[in-house]
This record gives sequence, C-alpha cells and structure tokens, in this order.
Amino acid sequence: MVIPATSAPTEARIWQLLEEVSDPEVPVLSILDLGIVRGVAVEGDKITVTITPTYSGCPAMNTIATDIRLRLLAEGYTHLTIHNQLSPAWTTDWMSQAGREKLEAYGIAPPVDGTATGHMLNLFGKDTAVRCPICKSEHTHLVSQFGSTACKAHYQCDDCLEPFDYFKCHN
Amino acid sequence: MLTQDLSGTKAAAATEPSLLFPYVLQLADTSLILAHRLSEWCGHGPILEQDLAMANIALDLLGEARSYYQYAAELEGQGRTEDDLAYLRSAVEYRNPLLVEQPNGDFAHTILRQFLFDNFHYHLLRKLKDGPDAQLAAIAEKSVKEAAYHLKWSSEWVIRLGDGTDESRKRLDKAIATLWRFAGELTTPTAAETALQEIGVLPDYATLLPEMQAHTEHVFAEANVPLPTAVFAQLGGKTGRHSEHLGYLLSELQYMQRTYPGLTW
Ligand SMILES: [Zn+2]
Repeated sequence: MVIPATSAPTEARIWQLLEEVSDPEVPVLSILDLGIVRGVAVEGDKITVTITPTYSGCPAMNTIATDIRLRLLAEGYTHLTIHNQLSPAWTTDWMSQAGREKLEAYGIAPPVDGTATGHMLNLFGKDTAVRCPICKSEHTHLVSQFGSTACKAHYQCDDCLEPFDYFKCHN
Repeated sequence: MLTQDLSGTKAAAATEPSLLFPYVLQLADTSLILAHRLSEWCGHGPILEQDLAMANIALDLLGEARSYYQYAAELEGQGRTEDDLAYLRSAVEYRNPLLVEQPNGDFAHTILRQFLFDNFHYHLLRKLKDGPDAQLAAIAEKSVKEAAYHLKWSSEWVIRLGDGTDESRKRLDKAIATLWRFAGELTTPTAAETALQEIGVLPDYATLLPEMQAHTEHVFAEANVPLPTAVFAQLGGKTGRHSEHLGYLLSELQYMQRTYPGLTW
C-alpha cells in the first residue's frame, strides 16, 4: 500500500523524521545522535539521504538504510535515494551531546574525546580513563579494545566491579 | 546483499579501469581470505575477550573487502556483482598473498600471521588514503583507523607471547619458522602492481619498508625475540599460484552460493 504524501517534502521535515530512526544496536540513540547522517537533499519530490558507516563492517548499516526508507515511505515519500558515503570517514566527534548523555544513562560509557588509539607504536600505553556509567567511579580498567560490537571496547569498574561497554573514541 | 551506491564526496577514479581492476581484486581477496581465517576462531578463542577480538577484526576486514569488491565490480563493468567476485571464482583466480590463506594453527601462529599482515596493511593504507585514486583513497581513509587497532593488538600479543612463558615462546618461535617466508610476498610487487606504481597510483613498496622494519624491530626487541635474518620469500598467491590450503578454505567459504546459486539474505 502506498500512502500519498501528506505534504511536499522539505529538508527540515526529513531531518525531523530521521530523528525518529534509531540505531538498531543502541536503540536509545537516534541516527542523528550517532552522527551518521551526513546530508539531506530535496529536489521536487526526490529525496537523497547521505549516510556514512561507523565501522567498515558494521552490520547495522543495512538495517539503518532500510529503516530510513521505511520511515520516509510511511509518510508517502517514495522517490528516495540513500547514499553510503565513505569519505570523510566517520568520527565520534560527530556524536551529539544529547547522544552522549543518552548513552551513559543507557549504561554505555560515551567516547572520551581526543583519546583515539593515537600512534600504534604506543604499545601497552596507559588506558583511557573512562567513567563507570553505573556508579560514576573513575577507577576502571580496560579489559579488551574489542567489545560486543565494532564500536565498543570492554571495561570493568574497580569500585562497583560492574563490567561495561565503552563507546570508543574514533577519529 | 546491499545494493547501495558507494560513491563518496571524492570524484570518480581517473585511472585506467583495466589496470586497476586486478589490483583492487587483490586487495579484496586479501581482506576476505584473512577475515575468513579469523572467523574460524569464533567460539574457539583461548579466552572470551580474544575470541571477540578476532571476530571484530574479521568483521572489519570483511567490511573493507566488500568495499573493494563493489569497486572492482564497477571497474570491471561486466555486470558481475560483489557476490559474484567473492563467491564464484576458482582458487587460481584469487589474488591474495600466500600468507593470509595459511591455516590458523595455534594462537601464536594466528598472532604472528596477523602481525605480519597488519604491519604491511596499516602502512599501505596510510599511503593509499592520500593516493590519487579517489575511491581507493576513501576506502583506505575508512580502514586505516581500524587497521591501527589491529596492529596494536597483534603487536602487543607478539610481545606477550615472546616475553611470556617457555611454552608461549616456543610456540612463537615455531610460528616464525613457519610463516616468515610468506612475509616477503606482501612487499614484492607483481607486474600488475609495478605498472600501477609506475603511474603513481600505488606507492613504491620500498617507501613502506623503513617504517615497517622499524616497527618490527621495536616489537621484537620488546618481545626479547631475535629477528630472523635472510629469509627466503615464497611468492605465488598474488599471481594465482596458491598453497593447497586455499581450495579447502574456498570450499567452505563458497558453499552456500555454490549450493544455492543466487541466495541472498
Ligand atoms: Zn562502577
């Protein structure tokens, strides 16, 4: 069934609808919070949404593209193009402040800016100080750079002992 | 599979497609085959965290491989898709170097194979991301961030194993004796690579060697393991002359597409 569009699309309207599309792996985040929507272009009734992957192999990208399509189709917007753009490469700098707060409330420590791996020769370098999202202690340690998904590292709190995910800084 | 347009902000390639196609395919095959090997560890890792690490690295490499296959399909322009290229060629048509098809062996063996690959891969991507081919540069810009994590991980594990127990050292030594001969192929250009180096699309591999060598020396000094000297370089994979292992690997990798042609998710 195709629902006729209620109104001609405007860029502002499309951005509003994209705010309602959530990340399938971290459902408290909208795709705008995550910073993966790089542009919206409207030309007549043609809509182009440009997105960029967080990580090369991120399996959520297919789902996100489908969810965008479905959300816009539900409004009757049928002339859709979804561009997957690799460059410039995604960085956690594009994650919104609201997104960071939602992440911590959800139990995932948000990225600590300016702490990307840095030079790879910095072997066994000091771990990034990450605040425990449960008890807010700064006494935590890195368990593994590789966590439950490509975008997360695995930490443990030394005070409340809770293991938790840390959304890696990536830039 | 995904049928999105991959184009980025960078303009389309200016390089002769017929020159570039075999090389992009080589990059794709290399990442795919190593991703497959790493994924064989899934559920068998020595501890949960390292099992996850290998699965994560496999996923990064698989994502990178897909970008290359999509680009290769576009360059070829014969209607073949990324899936056709990944799943429906025979072993002699694969262009991955011999190193990445070598069996996993034990954890030390997998770590050393990964270290030799990561050290090359990271330094190559750093050059490719500033290279003249826009699409290759975009893929490299994306993947180099991930490759930095991989290299850090495999380097730290070489050190732990080399400077660990007698047993871990013995296993690392055995891996060195088996695998080092395959490292040279990574930086030995084929005729196809040389042609691209001559027109500046690919970096001269000699320019990668000083940094690769410095990193290797640093890691092996920390690991208290002497570096092997004057090792013979076994070539072949990049020109389609593979070890027997690739056939077995492909029979598993290609099983679904061969059995149910055209299968999609
Ligand atoms: Zn805590």
